Amino acid sequence: MEHMISLFVRSIFVDNMIFAFFLGMCSYLAVSKNVKTALGLGIAVTFVLLVTVPVDYLLQTRLLGPDCLVEGVDLSFLAFILFIAVIAGIVQLVEMIVERFSPSLYASLGIFLPLIAVNCAIMGASLFMQQRIGMEPTNAQYIGGVGDAVAYALGSGIGWLLAIVGLAAIREKMAYTDVPKPLQGLGITFITVGLMAMAFMCFSGLDI
Amino acid sequence: MSKLFSDENKAAFSGPINLNNPVTVQVLGICSALAVTSQLEPAIVMGLSVTVITAFANVIISLLRKTIPNRIRIIVQLVVVAALVTIVSQVLKAFAYDVSVQLSVYVGLIITNCILMGRLEAFAMQNAPWPSFLDGIGNGLGYALVLVIVGFVRELFGFGTLFGFNIIPASWYAENGGWYMNNGMMVMPAMSLIIVGCVIWAHRSINKEA
Repeated sequence: MEHMISLFVRSIFVDNMIFAFFLGMCSYLAVSKNVKTALGLGIAVTFVLLVTVPVDYLLQTRLLGPDCLVEGVDLSFLAFILFIAVIAGIVQLVEMIVERFSPSLYASLGIFLPLIAVNCAIMGASLFMQQRIGMEPTNAQYIGGVGDAVAYALGSGIGWLLAIVGLAAIREKMAYTDVPKPLQGLGITFITVGLMAMAFMCFSGLDI
Repeated sequence: MSKLFSDENKAAFSGPINLNNPVTVQVLGICSALAVTSQLEPAIVMGLSVTVITAFANVIISLLRKTIPNRIRIIVQLVVVAALVTIVSQVLKAFAYDVSVQLSVYVGLIITNCILMGRLEAFAMQNAPWPSFLDGIGNGLGYALVLVIVGFVRELFGFGTLFGFNIIPASWYAENGGWYMNNGMMVMPAMSLIIVGCVIWAHRSINKEA
């Protein structure tokens, strides 16, 4: 339990998807123009993470790992194809749910909802999870069960949500500032994210 | 032969390297561009891997473009890309193990690199295999170019080396009685964002209309 809480907090602040690993940058930069849409996308990403990472964890430990399916055979090289198939399927599901219950959010997310399937944050979380299974159990990043996988997924999702809502809020205010012409739009956004990442570096010593 | 290198094909190849660069203009494939560039060597390996995968995925999808049903095209594209990435990842593990450890999950993340999906959707689905191949190579090299620029700046100022060789003379360093110190900030992830921001700034100032 203690380890799960530590994993959860660490994945929000220390191993933040955006500021430490730059995962999910494309939609992060494109959808962060206003807070409401950013919040919607953040929740969608968190939800997809929460479903895919535990499923991929079970696949990795029950099917792909060494000696799981056939004695003496390590199928981990198939992980890429299997993980992406799971992710694409679940994104399709989320798309249908959002369309049914919140048509306005569905319209404002537009193309970025199906694109969650190719959001690196989702695939990245599964691949990091695969890497962390092999770590020492004493390591703060170790994932040793479905509970750990859920804690990691939820933490990463909330970290991503926090980052995109923060940037959206800054960009809403930045509309009133006088930025040099060639730097407008993308350039200044990158520099803002860089400064936010520096601020998040203060958490790097965090330990529970 | 002249038909193979017509003006149109040349444009498909050279456009993405400068004027229509996938990273600085179209803002695709940012994740890995930022994460693997703390040194020059992984940056180049990553750039080449993406070039190879984009080129061959483009060719395969372009060959299949008339047989893929429209509704399931994304899945088909993902499977083709995932298979190619698996091959490249195994090759890297076999022949360049150190670099593949350094790149860690970012090799696998080439699957979700937006450049690939973008090119497959926008170009390979409508064009013949040969132009698609050139387009893939061009986009891959445009991506690699940005990686190399960022990797060059970060390794030179962060470690004082290029490809692991010392560039800054040892006598300049403060511990040897000189005046110079490596900028530790450059090694931090945050700095790569700011450098890419500056690259975009420079690129847009030079190409006004882009």
